[in-house]
Amino acid sequence: MSSNYLDIIRPGINTTFQDKGRDHLYHIGIPFSGAMDNRNYLIANKLVNNNLDSAVIEFAYQGPHIKYSGEKINFAITGDVFFSIKKKDTEIEGNCYQSYQIEDGDEINIISTNKSVYGYLALGGELDLKFQWNSCSINTKANIGSNDGKKLDVGQRINVKKINSNKDIKKTNYINTKIENIRVIKGTNFDYFSEEGKKIFYEREFTVSKLSDRMGMRLEGPKINNIVNTNIKSEGLIKGVIQVPADGNPIIMLSDHGTIGGYPKIGVVASVDYDRLVQMSPGSKTKFKQINLSDAETLFKLYEMETQNLLSQI
Amino acid sequence: MIKNISNLGDAALYCDFGNEVNKSINSEVIKYFKTIKEKKFEGINNLTPSYNKLIISYDLKKTNFKEVKNYVENINAEDSTDINSKKLEIPVCCHENFSMDIKRLEEILKLSREKILENFLNKEYFCYMTGFIAGMPFLGDLDENMRAQRLETPRVKVPKGSVALTEQFANIYTFESPGGWNILGNTPLDVFDSSKEDKPNLINPGDTVIFKEITLDQYKNYNEQ
Repeated sequence: MSSNYLDIIRPGINTTFQDKGRDHLYHIGIPFSGAMDNRNYLIANKLVNNNLDSAVIEFAYQGPHIKYSGEKINFAITGDVFFSIKKKDTEIEGNCYQSYQIEDGDEINIISTNKSVYGYLALGGELDLKFQWNSCSINTKANIGSNDGKKLDVGQRINVKKINSNKDIKKTNYINTKIENIRVIKGTNFDYFSEEGKKIFYEREFTVSKLSDRMGMRLEGPKINNIVNTNIKSEGLIKGVIQVPADGNPIIMLSDHGTIGGYPKIGVVASVDYDRLVQMSPGSKTKFKQINLSDAETLFKLYEMETQNLLSQI
Repeated sequence: MIKNISNLGDAALYCDFGNEVNKSINSEVIKYFKTIKEKKFEGINNLTPSYNKLIISYDLKKTNFKEVKNYVENINAEDSTDINSKKLEIPVCCHENFSMDIKRLEEILKLSREKILENFLNKEYFCYMTGFIAGMPFLGDLDENMRAQRLETPRVKVPKGSVALTEQFANIYTFESPGGWNILGNTPLDVFDSSKEDKPNLINPGDTVIFKEITLDQYKNYNEQ
């Protein structure tokens, strides 16, 4: 029996444990999973003096309400999130991107994300979670990972195996940035689409649909017309691939995507924009902007340097 | 042979082996897949073989398109160790409790239930690839007169173990999932088992599968033996 634990008073809508994800498994049909917004995941861990690949609690829209029991522990929340910390006699509004210390009986109430989708709660220590293929990331579709591959549920208790001895309080001035345009690289079936369809893809505005989750983001807008075939022989997919099925509405593959798909690929989201792409909430308007491979590689290098800088300053 | 290598986004290689679907092209894909997998090139984090494509995704923090392309172009896939394939018998129960699309298949194929089962069972099918959902095998080829299109509106929930057909392929739903294939029967076998981390898939690319019919009683007792 662990003497340090979290009780889930309210689980939130889509709350899971995530870490760096699992690789080398696409060929058996298991996707990468892992934290959707990798930069915010890393910052959360750094703020509580964790190893950067530690497990965190990821939530979407409404987050969990948690009661903590045990010895003092730090926590931090990243993203753009409204939350409060309830101590014995007071309740204060919390700020993202800084760590707090809580003690026995304190509560964290994550009310919602603000004009974004995902937020991260990291605890300064190690949660007692099952690993599968070297990762505790939950894939609810295949029921893989910790918590029997299921979302967190009400009344559940999560044990904390170890509390970090380093309890320095940390803070960063990082502000979650947003993107208006999604930068994409031409897909392998780009020429399946009519000239008009290609123009629509790059010039018109699309709206993020409510039917978006960790598997994929659906977009609505003017129909993209296919002139060759609306099906291809099924082939491998990766994160960021934009498929256009027969109905003409693009779907972007996200971290829990099916590993194989049979719809033509019009484009692929550049890696530099992935973290910010997943934060676009339903109703957001966006446009696709074409870039070439070498620009995409350079932009990602810069983005990664920026991430490393941010982390080193915490 | 790889006919063309291009980039799929900025973090994957798209290796094109042609457009046809047949065993010989797919065996080439699998050969490359196995060779590259064994060599463990630093930075490659996933390989997805399919009928006639191989997608190689990599960590853009560690490598890039040019490096991985150069590596793949200079690989000698002939050196690959034995392909190591198995022949498997899969029990399938085609009782009306399970064969949810038999009526549809009878109509489309213009064949009787008996004829459909006779055409399907006791024949060797080749596993081209696994995926979409964890462990789902894509098996082929069905006889010419057994080829039906997928459902116009996919089911929200296809039961675990469903054996289903579309075009020249058969597959097995390894767990409950949405899906649009024509369901012919159900297997009591666990085709995917996530607790076996070394070998979660019962059927792997390159394997041969034969479906053997079992009765409803045999199905019910299958996991109690």
